[in-house]
Amino acid sequence: MLTKEQIAQRIAKEIQDGYYVNLGIGIPTLVANYIPEEVHVVLQSENGLLGMGPFPFEGDEDPDLINAGKQTITTLPGSSIFDSAMSFGMIRAQKVDLTILGAMEVSENGDIANWKIPGKMVKGMGGAMDLVASAKNIIVAMQHVNKAGESKLLPECTLPLTGVRCIRKVVTELAVLDILPEGGFLLLERAPDVSVDYIRQATRGRLTIPGHVPTMALT
Amino acid sequence: MINKVVPSAVAAVSDISDGSTLMLGGFGLCGIPENCINALVHKNVKNLTCISNNAGVDDFGIGLMLHKKQVRKMIASYVGENAEFERQLLSGELEVELIPQGTLATRCMAAGYGMPAIFTPAGIGTEVADGKEIRNFNGKDYLMELAFEADFAIVKAWKGDTAGNLVFRATSRNFNPVMAMAGKITIAEVEELVEPGQLDPDHIHTPGIYVHRIFQGSAYEKRIEQRTVRQKTSS
Repeated sequence: MLTKEQIAQRIAKEIQDGYYVNLGIGIPTLVANYIPEEVHVVLQSENGLLGMGPFPFEGDEDPDLINAGKQTITTLPGSSIFDSAMSFGMIRAQKVDLTILGAMEVSENGDIANWKIPGKMVKGMGGAMDLVASAKNIIVAMQHVNKAGESKLLPECTLPLTGVRCIRKVVTELAVLDILPEGGFLLLERAPDVSVDYIRQATRGRLTIPGHVPTMALT
Repeated sequence: MINKVVPSAVAAVSDISDGSTLMLGGFGLCGIPENCINALVHKNVKNLTCISNNAGVDDFGIGLMLHKKQVRKMIASYVGENAEFERQLLSGELEVELIPQGTLATRCMAAGYGMPAIFTPAGIGTEVADGKEIRNFNGKDYLMELAFEADFAIVKAWKGDTAGNLVFRATSRNFNPVMAMAGKITIAEVEELVEPGQLDPDHIHTPGIYVHRIFQGSAYEKRIEQRTVRQKTSS
């Protein structure tokens, strides 16, 4: 089974040279740590920054310079700053090549639920609904099963939806899966020491298993 | 040049009355109009509808107005990090409308551009779409969302001149320029107020035509929500 860092490491391999990428909060944020130096990417932060740099050195924190997770960050040579309307304009216009975000549930037709649990305090969707409705390529980083051992890859989401028919790829602690255009999960890779059978039992949505399922390579 | 300068935050918000709809700039605690919020808390104006991406924290930003029960309705995209907010929401004292962040920004933009509505795919197939008109363009569904109407927009800029031209700094820009365009009355507080001619016209983010009142704020706290750093020894 993969750690959160390893999920991030595996997703980093999906990032191609020249991509503009939006990273969500949680595991997606960790992806930035595993992008190889020779792969040139520009990270978009939806509060209005292209070219997000690493955290500042202690003492260099600037309260006027934060990311969408409200963390202090830095700019890089070539960074640009813009307002919130333009930020979501470039997202809506599909200028951002890849969006990586977390999810509570994903369904076999690509629906995603990640903003609201009935009966619990609702904090809001932030920019998630805008991102999933418009992004041309979305990878979800998530846990395959919840703490009770129940699958989060489902025939249909049970939680209120964030977006419909929008997810293309899911990376979990167990597997890498595509969501097929006609619906259903396609098992692409399994985590080291995780059997295909284990993944089948952990997946409630329709799952297609090819004859050979390779083990994930993380580097 | 038309002079937009008012002497203080207290003067700037003097005619904001109970029941007003306010836009407040900022993302989290970054780029919020600290001086005007303090003046509104002091004035104790009630029954407000506040349009802002977030609702502050318990003891700072809009949280200060929530603490005094001045807000009747909050329109925002994300309202975590605020225990008093949660209490008022659960007790029914506070009404909340959560809307996608891009929709929030673009509904402000539409108001500033004189457009009554926008079409966005955000929220299609979700509860956000309930009761709203859906139009299909080129095979894709879009929600019709209306431009905001706000009595006052209250924004924070880095620099401004007496004619109301504004320049923002780093990511404290966020919602401020689009809200500045969207208020029936727009109030700008700035860290540094300068004379006309001292800002390069090519570098103005918000033209003064959108700004009705401007003043130089003071004692900015600029609180950081998530102080994240790296060690000098690491690469």
